[in-house]
Order: sequence, then structure tokens, then C-alpha cells
Amino acid sequence: MVSAHTELNYDRKIEGDVIVSRLDSVINWIRTNSMWPMPMGLACCAIELMGVAASRFDIARFGAEVMRFSPRQADCMIVAGTVTYKMAPQVRRIYDQMPAPKWVIAMGACASSGGMYRSYATLQGVDRIIPVDVYVSGCPPRPEALLDALIRLQEKVKREPAAQRLFQRT
Amino acid sequence: MPAPTAILPALQTRFPRLTLRASADHPAVNIPADEAGALLKTLRDEFGFAHLADLTAVDGGPGATPRFTVVWHLFSLTAHGYFRVAAHCADDAEPAMPSTTPLWPAADWHEREIWDMFGITFPGHADLRRILMWDGYPYHPLRKEFPLAGLPTELPDAEIAAEIPTKVIAAPMAGGPFVATTGELNLGEAEPRAKDESWNERREKPDA
Amino acid sequence: MSNAYTFPDNAAKTAGAAASAELPTEKMSLSMGPSHPSTHGVLRLQMEIDGETVVKADPVIGYLHRGDEKIAENMTYNQFVPYTDRLDYLAPLANNVAYALAVEQLAGLTVPPRCQAIRVISAELARISSHLMGLGAFGIDVGAWTIFLYTFTEREKLYRLFEELTGARFTNSYTRIGGVARDVPEGWTDRVNAFCDQFLPILDEVLGMLSRNKIFLDRTDGVGVISKEDAIAYGLTGPNLRGSGVPLDLRKDRPYSGYEQYDFDVPVGVKGDCYDRYAVRGEEMKQSVRIIKQAIARFPGGDWYAKDARKIFAPPKDKVLTSMEELINNFMIVTEGPQIPPGEAYFEAENPKGILGFYVVSKGGGVPWRLKIRSPSFCNLSILPKICAGALVADVVSILGSFDFVMGECDR
Repeated sequence: MVSAHTELNYDRKIEGDVIVSRLDSVINWIRTNSMWPMPMGLACCAIELMGVAASRFDIARFGAEVMRFSPRQADCMIVAGTVTYKMAPQVRRIYDQMPAPKWVIAMGACASSGGMYRSYATLQGVDRIIPVDVYVSGCPPRPEALLDALIRLQEKVKREPAAQRLFQRT
Repeated sequence: MPAPTAILPALQTRFPRLTLRASADHPAVNIPADEAGALLKTLRDEFGFAHLADLTAVDGGPGATPRFTVVWHLFSLTAHGYFRVAAHCADDAEPAMPSTTPLWPAADWHEREIWDMFGITFPGHADLRRILMWDGYPYHPLRKEFPLAGLPTELPDAEIAAEIPTKVIAAPMAGGPFVATTGELNLGEAEPRAKDESWNERREKPDA
Repeated sequence: MSNAYTFPDNAAKTAGAAASAELPTEKMSLSMGPSHPSTHGVLRLQMEIDGETVVKADPVIGYLHRGDEKIAENMTYNQFVPYTDRLDYLAPLANNVAYALAVEQLAGLTVPPRCQAIRVISAELARISSHLMGLGAFGIDVGAWTIFLYTFTEREKLYRLFEELTGARFTNSYTRIGGVARDVPEGWTDRVNAFCDQFLPILDEVLGMLSRNKIFLDRTDGVGVISKEDAIAYGLTGPNLRGSGVPLDLRKDRPYSGYEQYDFDVPVGVKGDCYDRYAVRGEEMKQSVRIIKQAIARFPGGDWYAKDARKIFAPPKDKVLTSMEELINNFMIVTEGPQIPPGEAYFEAENPKGILGFYVVSKGGGVPWRLKIRSPSFCNLSILPKICAGALVADVVSILGSFDFVMGECDR
């Protein structure tokens, strides 16, 4: 077909450069593999969190090595340690400062449920103040357990209707 | 420098109101609250106890008189021994103890902690405010009548507290699982399931 | 704080010219923490700064106050052992030992030599692991990331040894009152020895990257100087006190657990600055290796728990399952707690962070009436307002790094 508007024509040269996919899976693919954690290191679990980032367990293999202490740059808050009532507003404030979409991993017994600290000073589970996506058991969890939690979170993120939420007001 | 036990007679002549305190490990004395400062100063300046190892308080429990005791542990860097000084607070309802911050700056935080945990005031302390709990927390947690689970109150940050549904609540003890009491412990009762039947895996936990 | 700045008119300018030759500045308040990479957890520094200079620094602690002392009053002595792990969670083995020794002092109990040697080895391994962490974190604070990767690789090797000994990577709960949880596994001491042998050259390599490093020296040399007198008056202990030149080390001065048999040196600093505190920690790791090697070379045989502690130490499992008497004894200890005589005891142990003290008040029975934890980090941090005042903001980061504190035990 001959036409003045050549750009409208079928161009077989670009065929190899095009992938047809669902927008959801593209966005989720990008998100899962560059999840930047906000290490909310509060107590003992923070040491295992550092262990996960260090050479033996190397969280970089799963694309989550960029620990950002600035909530503005983070996607996933890893609450590692006991949240006390004194600390709870700060945790919430930092969570609020994270841009959406954002996810939370409650690492260890204390963050999940208050753990062995059933006392006047301890928040009985961080899910009382922020929504949690993945709970990790253990006191502290082994690094492998945290990696497993990260993979599970990635699986969860892969199933999200990301495109639909892109323009949603949260 | 004499061994810590050897200085006891010398101290007794200097401070006639001083009494020996039963102790199995280190030399220990009881001293009335108004003389505690002078005794500690003597110990520091003349007997070489330069290091304030520890400063804490003990609550004898409601009903005990005197109820609150403040305990100093001093360490001598030369004789390498400890010395324990204990002073009862005169008033059980509003306990107070003269501050030792002029002697040791180290006492600053210890005294703030004792105020925070026991509610003992330290006249002479320049900046006595809470240290472990937040400002405005209404209780003194290490007092014996205060339950381990805590008492309901407000979160420290009003702005955040307005945003989130939770408050400071009493921790769900559910009869355990770790908690034991002297003498009256029964293994069946210590088992969490035995006490609180209001919730389980199937039934939702009532809002605490 | 107002942003508007009104320029003084000319008359005022000339009048005040001599007095205010510099640009006028306003003080600003800056809150550092409780979530900040260089506050090693949840310390918060409420600072007042004038330009880059800190005018006033007020540490706000308690963000990790979990109520350990209250919890202790509500459970038996043995049940509290896991909580001591989580005080200084970089050296749980050493905390376990200190706690057990404090209660043993109250109960008038001594443990057999083999148990003492096990405790010494585990406490010194914990010291190495804690100092490695301190070094790695200090490195990050002053911009040397590589150190962290080196030290964590070594820590992982230590974790493997801990796991073999205790079953857990770092919340070990290994020591019991009157003994340890179990005897050392077969061949474990050889593996500890092998670790020590390969560790020394690596330590030298790590220290070599920092000790004469121009950037590191600029950040630490002469920064955060603490005088001897101040260090004592503020109750500093551990490497922070020894960095200021006070040779207080309870392992030498009041030996416990048989430390008197071992030959080791106590490194002290000269100036009391951040560099000295770093150097003291580096040398202490080498001394710990010396102690461990001696302890292994003369590792005693015999019992690994106090046989005379019938009502305190729960008997080993194989005996519980085969002997009626031991079964009853075990049941009593588990349900009622170890029977500790009434009285009070204060015991301090030389932990990696400084002196960890336990003040135990007992009214008899299995539950302490009061358990005060004298934590080294709490006392060490109390000097911060003094040494941070006048420092630059960037120096505060160095100072915090050189203090090597842990908020778990600071706030308890």
C-alpha cells in the first residue's frame, strides 16, 4: 500500500523489538526485581537483617540490596525488631512518608506479635499500626527465612492489579 | 588502699547513724537519707570509691514500710572492690532522695531512670524527667502494684494517635506463657490455654 | 524559627562591627534518629546546631525499652536467660555468662573448671563477634563500607561455631545458672582453634585498611576526646574507658570464671579520642584470641555443670528420662524455678561493650524480687551531651560509631 503517511504503515523492521504483554505483568516484573527496602532496624533482628545484606546471604541476588534509610526512596519496609509504644508513632510516620506502592515485612516474633515481650512497653504486633504483607517467624529469623519472606512478597506483588491502581488516589 | 571491708569501723565512727546491711557479697551499709550524700562523698574522696558502678532503687511492695530503698554500688579503681550503700526513702507516698549528681555526673541518667520507673524524686537534680518511657506517661512501671501487662493509656504522639486505631493497651497475658509467680505456680494454670478461653484459632480475639 | 533576617541599618552596623565581625547565624534544632543509619538502632539525638557546630546534644533514649526488669520480676531465674540474650544482642553469650554468675553469686555456687573454661571461650568468642560488628559499623559510619563486608564474613564463621555449640546463631541462651546448657560438641574446640588461626591474618588486614588510612585518621584522630577524669566520673566502662587510658578490666581486676589463669594484656588508649577507642577494640580481639587459645590448650575435663546445685540446675535430659529422682527434681525446677536463698547480690562482668552488672534481690524461691541490669551502653551514652557539644555534626557520627553501643541493653 502506498500512502503519504508512511508511519502508519506496517513496518516489519520493528517487529522483533515489540513484546506484547499485560501492563500489570510488566509493572509487577519491574517492581519485584528492584524492591528497595527501608531497614527499620529496631532491635536484635536488625543484626540478622545486616547479615542478609552481607556477603554470605547477599540479598542483592533478589534485587533488594539497596537499603534506603530515607523512606522517600523505599518500597518495602522491613520492620526488624521490637516496636515499643514509644517508637510506634515514629514507625508509623516513616511508613506514611514512604511513597505508594509500599509493602511491609514484619521480621521476627516481636514485630509480628510482640513476641516474648508481653509487657507494658511493647506494642503487641506492628500490624496494629501499619498493614503487614509478610510475617516472618523466628526470634530472630534466620537470614534464609527473611530471603524466603522477600520471595513471597515478590510473588504477592506479581499478582497485584498494578495498572489499575496506577492512577488511583490512595 | 585498705580492702573495702576494713573501712567499715572508720565509717561507723564518722557516721554514727550508719548501720550494717546484711550482705553475702560486698560490704554494705544502711544510711538515713539525709546523710547519704555526705557518706557517698566521704567514700569517694577519702576511700577511693571513684566509680559509681550502679544506682538503682528497690520497691518493697505496697504496704511495706519503708517502701522504697535507693541503692548505690560504688567501685574502687584502686582496691578493686565494691561498696553498697542503701538509703530508705522517708515518705512512702511521695518518696524522695537527695540527688547525687553533684558527686557523679553518672548519677544523672540513673536518677532519671529511677524517677521514671519508681517515681522517686531527687531534689537537687537539675533536669529530672522521664528517660525510658515518654514524657507524659502516667505510671511508674517498676512499682510493684503496676501490672506487667501495663495499663491502657494514650500513645505518645497525638498526631499519629489520631490517625491509627490502636492505643497503649494492656498486653494480652492469657495466663502466661512465660509468667510465673512465687509459690503459687501451678503448671496447669500457667498453660495459656487454661486461663483465657475467650479466643482461639477459630474464634476471633476480642478487641483488646 | 523565623527565616526573615533584617539587615541592621548603617549606624547599628558600625556600632556593632567589632562585636559581630562574622556573619550572623541562627541556631537550628536538629533531631537525629531514632531511625538514622549512624545511631545504631533507635538512639535519638536532639541537637541544637549553629552552622555545622553542635551547641547542645540531648540524647533521647527509651525507644527500645521493652520492660526487661519488670519481666524478670515475673518469671523464674531460668526463664529470664533468653531475655539476657536480647540485651546486648551482639554478644549474647557474654550476657548469659554475666547473668548466671550474678545469680550464682547470690546462691553461693561455683561451677567446675570445665564449665568455667567453656564460659570463658564462649564469652571471648562473643567479644570478638561484638567488636567485629562494632568495627564494621564504625567503618560504615565514617565511609569505609568494605570493612563491614570483611567483618561480617568473619561473624558468619563465628555464627557457625555458635550454632554448633548452642543451636542458635546469636540468641544463644547457652549458659544456665549452675552450668551451661550442654557440653561442647566433639571436635568443637579444634574448630574454634582453626577459626582463631585464620582470623588473625584477616584481622590484621582489616585493621590495616583503617589504622593508617588518611580519611579514617582525619575522621577519628583527636575527635571526641574524653579525659580520664570525665570517663570515670560519668561511669564509662569497657573499651570506651580504656580508650581514655584507665586500665580497668574486671577480667584482670576482679577475675571471675578463672580468668586469672590466662595470660593476656589490657590495651589502653593515650588520648581518649575516637581513634583510641577503635585501636583498643582492635587489640582486644587479638587478646581474646590469646585467651581462647590458652583455654583450649588446657581445656579441663570433668563436669560441665555444678553437681551440688541440686535445686538450681535442671539435670541433663538423659538423666531425667532414666531416673525417677531426677525427673522429680527437673519437674520442681521447671515449675517452681531454681531455689535461690534470700538476700542481694551485685555482680559485674567485663562484657564487650563494657561492664554489665546485675543486681539481684531475692526473697527466696524461684523468682527474683528485683533484678536491676546495669548496662554499659546506658552509662557510656550518658557522656554524649558533654563530648558532642562543640563538635561538628559529622564528628557526632564518628563519636557514635566509636562508642559501639547497643540500644537493646541501653533501654532494656
